[in-house]
Amino acid sequence: MNPAWQQALARVPELLAAHVQLSFSALLLAMLICLPLAIWAARSPKVAAVALAVASLIQTIPGLALLALFYPLLLGLSALIGGGISAFGFLPALLALTLYALLPILRNAVTGLTGVDPAASEAADGLGMTAWQKLQYVEAPLAAPTIMAGIRTAAVWTIGAATLSTTVGQPSLGDLIFAGLQTQNWTLVLAGCLFSAALAIAVDLLLGLIERGIRERRRIMAIAGTALIAAGLLIATLPLMIARDNVVVIGAKSFSEQYILARLIGSRLEDAGYRVRYRDGLGSAVVYQALTAGDIDVYVDYSGTLWTNQMQRSDSQPKAAMLDTIAQWTRTSHGVTMLGALGFENAYAFAVRPEDARDKSLRTLDDLARVSSDFNFGTDVEFLERPEWQMVRAAYPIRFKNARAFNPTFMYPALKSGEVDVISAFSSDGRIAANNFVVLEDRKGAVPSYEAIMLLAPDRGSDDQLVAALNPLVGAITVELMREANYMVDRRDDKKTPRQAARWLNDKLKE
Amino acid sequence: MQFSGPSISMHRLSRHYATVRAVDSVSLEIAAGSLVALVGLSGSGKSTLLKMVNRLVEPTSGTIRIGGEPVESIDPHVLRRRIGYVFQNIGLFPHMTIARNIAIGLELAGEKDRREGRVAELLDLVELPQEMAARMPDQLSGGQQQRVGVARALATRPGLMLMDEPFGALDPVTRDNLTEQYKALHQRLGLTTIIVTHDMAEALYLADRVLVMEAGRIRADATPAELVSGNVGAEAEALVAIPRAQAAHLIALGKKS
Repeated sequence: MNPAWQQALARVPELLAAHVQLSFSALLLAMLICLPLAIWAARSPKVAAVALAVASLIQTIPGLALLALFYPLLLGLSALIGGGISAFGFLPALLALTLYALLPILRNAVTGLTGVDPAASEAADGLGMTAWQKLQYVEAPLAAPTIMAGIRTAAVWTIGAATLSTTVGQPSLGDLIFAGLQTQNWTLVLAGCLFSAALAIAVDLLLGLIERGIRERRRIMAIAGTALIAAGLLIATLPLMIARDNVVVIGAKSFSEQYILARLIGSRLEDAGYRVRYRDGLGSAVVYQALTAGDIDVYVDYSGTLWTNQMQRSDSQPKAAMLDTIAQWTRTSHGVTMLGALGFENAYAFAVRPEDARDKSLRTLDDLARVSSDFNFGTDVEFLERPEWQMVRAAYPIRFKNARAFNPTFMYPALKSGEVDVISAFSSDGRIAANNFVVLEDRKGAVPSYEAIMLLAPDRGSDDQLVAALNPLVGAITVELMREANYMVDRRDDKKTPRQAARWLNDKLKE
Repeated sequence: MQFSGPSISMHRLSRHYATVRAVDSVSLEIAAGSLVALVGLSGSGKSTLLKMVNRLVEPTSGTIRIGGEPVESIDPHVLRRRIGYVFQNIGLFPHMTIARNIAIGLELAGEKDRREGRVAELLDLVELPQEMAARMPDQLSGGQQQRVGVARALATRPGLMLMDEPFGALDPVTRDNLTEQYKALHQRLGLTTIIVTHDMAEALYLADRVLVMEAGRIRADATPAELVSGNVGAEAEALVAIPRAQAAHLIALGKKS
């Protein structure tokens, strides 16, 4: 088997276990909510109308947005009751997926219960059944196949949507898909898709078996289906039950550099005798909160990001002073240790094609402002909403013809092919140099600096062994090394995995 | 013959739906052991009147007593377990075997012993072969299903049977058969039966007392013999005229040949 597949498959058992655990919990919770509600709704058209309208409304919210919404919601709730609720990982994912599973279960249960043959219902009343007996003897058994069909639909949706939970820091098979998409490692994407699809199909078949067993009143079939599901659940979640103490969780945002640095940190920690686990693909806003809550133990962030996002600053300070201010702020506000800057910067950098730079003599952002009304702007999905963009616009009179958002992976090809004329690139990205793109200078210092800094969770700051293992990385990584490592992962030919690039980088550092 | 069936007494019984008076102040005494037919056109209020007896429909005003006991003083489900109820759409439970369908009343009452024996007895009573016990309802013909419906209603040995167009959806031969057999059963078990039908011929054949309803009121109350001999009111006469004309036509046909 080729190494790409080996690497992908090695991560599957743990992610599959988390995926199964999450989807099953969400489905179970949705059933616990929906079935009593459906019984009530079947007796009251008003309740049915309201419940189904709410469930349908929830369904119109895209899955990703629903997950994202729970993050601030739980954060607010936690603040309201004085902490203790994790807005990160399992809980928001569980709640979002549960809401997502409501509609099919509720709608089918209400349809099933209200669709009971009126003659059977009249006979039940005529025989003197109480409301509970009628439900037990007549309505529930007759509605069961329809209810089961709803649960089947919900199960397939939930297993599919659970891949999105990666974005709020809950491990799932989506980790493979998101990581693969960012690093253009299609083997990873394929592995994530194949396993989540296989899981969905297997669960659907087994639930289908139970449904058929109920419909055709073949008890053995229903029991066999249930037993197989229970067995699968047990086997799938087994890896989670194995005790894991003192595992260091390393967080990474969703781009190649972050994956590589996470693996670099991981290999250093493994050398020091730690067991490590990775939480990849975390959103910028989520990752720092996850660190303060201790959900992850260490990750690399950028000074400018913390400065504008977490500290809400819009002024500028010289590099060294800025790092001191940040270190002090993280310690006093959240007990987070800033271990130090790694030595390179990954700032927002406006890059143009070399021929444009030559023909239109573009060197600085002032030059860009001059031609901006003819230029199409390509950017990542968050830049236009970020304070840095406001800072740039405040300092330079830039007005682009139009702006398009890309996944970072597709941003560079878009500039090269002329689809856009300028992009908000990242200064440590290897694809700038590889394409001979020209980075325009920010002479006014409008954009704050983006030193890569290593942050430790509150209860890891005092772990001397861990600090000693990671300290050698401080100040050790030049922007040239980082660019080269990034390019190994991002380039199209002779692509390396983040782990391979991290190993290469590690070897270079030891030279 | 001992009658186990109770007497029924209705006093100024009404049921109104918005502006419609489905049953309009009906007062009535039904003797224990009688077989009373409620006849009328669709919408005359005969089904509503019947369903107020086992509280499937609650009266707007008025009272019903069964064996002297007012029905509103008994919990609906307790009351209904004492009364057999058979209706046109049968309503066998499709997910239960015939045996379980028949014994469901016993199951509800928590009677665990002798259920099988009782099922066998009831199958005999409604003249169904014993091997039907293990079948599912959809494997039976309409006539067989309604026999099961009657057996199910009789399982808990009720004294009172309420039947709402019980044989209305069956073919004429099956229907005639069942009508005749039910009449025998009624007498043998000493039941009190109220049967709703729109078919005057069936009522004349089956009942020992026929009540003709129109617009929520009882317009005629007579024995079959009195009805056939006439002078019981225009509504009754219109209904009796149909089987009479049919009979005359058949006789005329017979004479021609």
